[in-house]
Amino acid sequence: MAKAKHSLPVLKKAPTGIDGFDQITNGGVPQGRPTLVCGSAGCGKSLFAAEFLIRGATEYGERGVLMTFEETADDICKNVASLGFDVDRLIAEKKLIIDYVKIDRNDIEENGEYDLEGLFIRLGYAIQSIGAKRVVLDTLETLFSGLSNQAVLRSELRRLFYWLKEKGMTTVITGERGEGQLTRQGLEEYVSDCVILLDHRVIGQISTRRLRVVKYRGTTHGTNEYPFLIDEEGISVLPITATSLDYEVSNERVSSGVEGFDDLLGGEGYFRGSTVLLTGTSGTGKSSVAAQLARATCARGERCMYFSFEESPAQIQRNMRSIGVDLAPYVKKGTLEFHSTRPTVFGLEMHLVRMHKLIEKFQPTVVIIDPVSNMQNAGTLEESTNMLLRLVDYLRKNNILGFMVSLTGGGKALEVTDEGLSSIVDTWLLLRDVESNGERDRLLYILKSRGMAHSNQVREFLITSRGIRLSEAYLGAEGVLTGSARINQEARDAERLRTASEELERKKLAHEHRRRATEAQIEALRAELAAEEEALLRAVESERTRLEQISIDREAMSRSRGLAGKSTAPKSRR
Amino acid sequence: MKKKTQKLAKNGANGSLPEGEQFSLRLYVAGQTPKSLTAFANLKRLCDEHLPGQYRIEVVDLAKNPHLAQADQIIALPTLVRRLPEPIKRVVGDLSNSEKVIVGMDIRNLKAKSENP
Repeated sequence: MAKAKHSLPVLKKAPTGIDGFDQITNGGVPQGRPTLVCGSAGCGKSLFAAEFLIRGATEYGERGVLMTFEETADDICKNVASLGFDVDRLIAEKKLIIDYVKIDRNDIEENGEYDLEGLFIRLGYAIQSIGAKRVVLDTLETLFSGLSNQAVLRSELRRLFYWLKEKGMTTVITGERGEGQLTRQGLEEYVSDCVILLDHRVIGQISTRRLRVVKYRGTTHGTNEYPFLIDEEGISVLPITATSLDYEVSNERVSSGVEGFDDLLGGEGYFRGSTVLLTGTSGTGKSSVAAQLARATCARGERCMYFSFEESPAQIQRNMRSIGVDLAPYVKKGTLEFHSTRPTVFGLEMHLVRMHKLIEKFQPTVVIIDPVSNMQNAGTLEESTNMLLRLVDYLRKNNILGFMVSLTGGGKALEVTDEGLSSIVDTWLLLRDVESNGERDRLLYILKSRGMAHSNQVREFLITSRGIRLSEAYLGAEGVLTGSARINQEARDAERLRTASEELERKKLAHEHRRRATEAQIEALRAELAAEEEALLRAVESERTRLEQISIDREAMSRSRGLAGKSTAPKSRR
Repeated sequence: MKKKTQKLAKNGANGSLPEGEQFSLRLYVAGQTPKSLTAFANLKRLCDEHLPGQYRIEVVDLAKNPHLAQADQIIALPTLVRRLPEPIKRVVGDLSNSEKVIVGMDIRNLKAKSENP
């Protein structure tokens, strides 16, 4: 208590070491105070308590006392041994004490006044003998079935919790879920600091465990229901998200592996660590795009992990080989890992954790999930959205490119994803079918791609025996044409073009002719003009000559008249 | 708590004789609390009344020997354990209801048996 006063702003917390739980509670359970963990049978509360103790002893150097009212020490050792905890060693090293409190109503008769001092003494002795800091009381409520004096029990429990608090024990008390209240005996009344509710629900034949921090006095905590699971490494609680969106981003780009496609993505491909969603109706070649990415990744010498929820690894490899994408060498080399499971084999949380673990171990740079759309078979739509969100978060945080393939059901709107993923992904590619002229053609386009100049062009998507090829789809007055219609149209266009140019040629020629004819005409006129001019000059000359002649003649006549009188003049004229 | 409790209150003519000491009783207490004193007084009175010379009462003070609490599965105090004759029986409380103690510990029954021959 004094401790809490000294460090007023921060409540001291004792880390539980339980995967994810410390994250939700910002550090663990309240130190030196009791925490109630309640839930129905089989929800994992005993394990939670045991893990709290064991991890305390092994990871945080806080020894612990486990007082169990239900199972014997042997049983507990065996139970947790299957989860990889060596309790016997901890006991031998005096890091842990397990005290089994046997309460059998048939064995005990009550007669007059009593108290639970014996329990206090036992616990006190155990705590003292190893210097414990943590205490677990596993299903304290068993006391109520063994002893009938409720008034005594209640007052003693109150005293017990107070006593534990005074001793500064970080205590976890488990309690069975009751009707209308958190625990059958209303233990939550006594434990006011921290109450955690575990739940185990079966929906659609798939069970999911959930954890919720009902109350945590004096601190902030996540209030959601967090799915958790129990596997060979104990409890893992999965915070929905890392609560904050503050991961690092990369400017590095990685190739999509599809020839010609990187050009559409600003010429370089996807961002490293981004999330890509590829949606399309069935048979549009989604997996092929994924496989190309896998190949490109491995070819760069990076690791790629391929989660398949529909096909087996062998099937994928065979199918991809048929389009010229041979993945086998990379699998052999160990840079490509396939993991195929049916979505319904476990609940979504189990899937998520399994993926987390595999990714953690393999350290890939690209993770492909093919497809995400049938994840909802393993839960509800909402749950699968949540799960994928968390997965995306995880991938982004670790700078892993997530490539998710989603199948759009026939007749559904194309630009909608069931999973509600569209808003969280960075790049969204859409593959679609166009049916025309008795064939189906594939089209690929980029609906969005954050942070890069991406093309708005629709490309025709061709699956050839040498992989995927993109070609520009025909866009014209006739609309978008693909396949043979596109080829047709292209031929028609070319024809039209050719005809047009021929016409032009012809016109040019005609013009040339006309030009030449005109020039010839001009030439002729000029010649005519010149001839006329010539004639005119000649006429002028001859006139002049004639006039000269006349004057000469006249002169001669007058001369002759002058010489021979006037009578000779007419003669000369003749 | 510090005060000495009756460590071993032997009653009966012959401590070692099995036929004389047919009742081996152990009373667990934690210090000399009113409850434990009442319990002891009640027990002693009953035994003297019904089993003269046939019983032995051992008082275990858990405040002094806390390790015994685990070994003997003690939770509530005071606890009376009938170790002999078999089977082992337990009564929790200050034994204020004599009738119940007699029935619970089978004291009357045995006494009747021993009186019969």
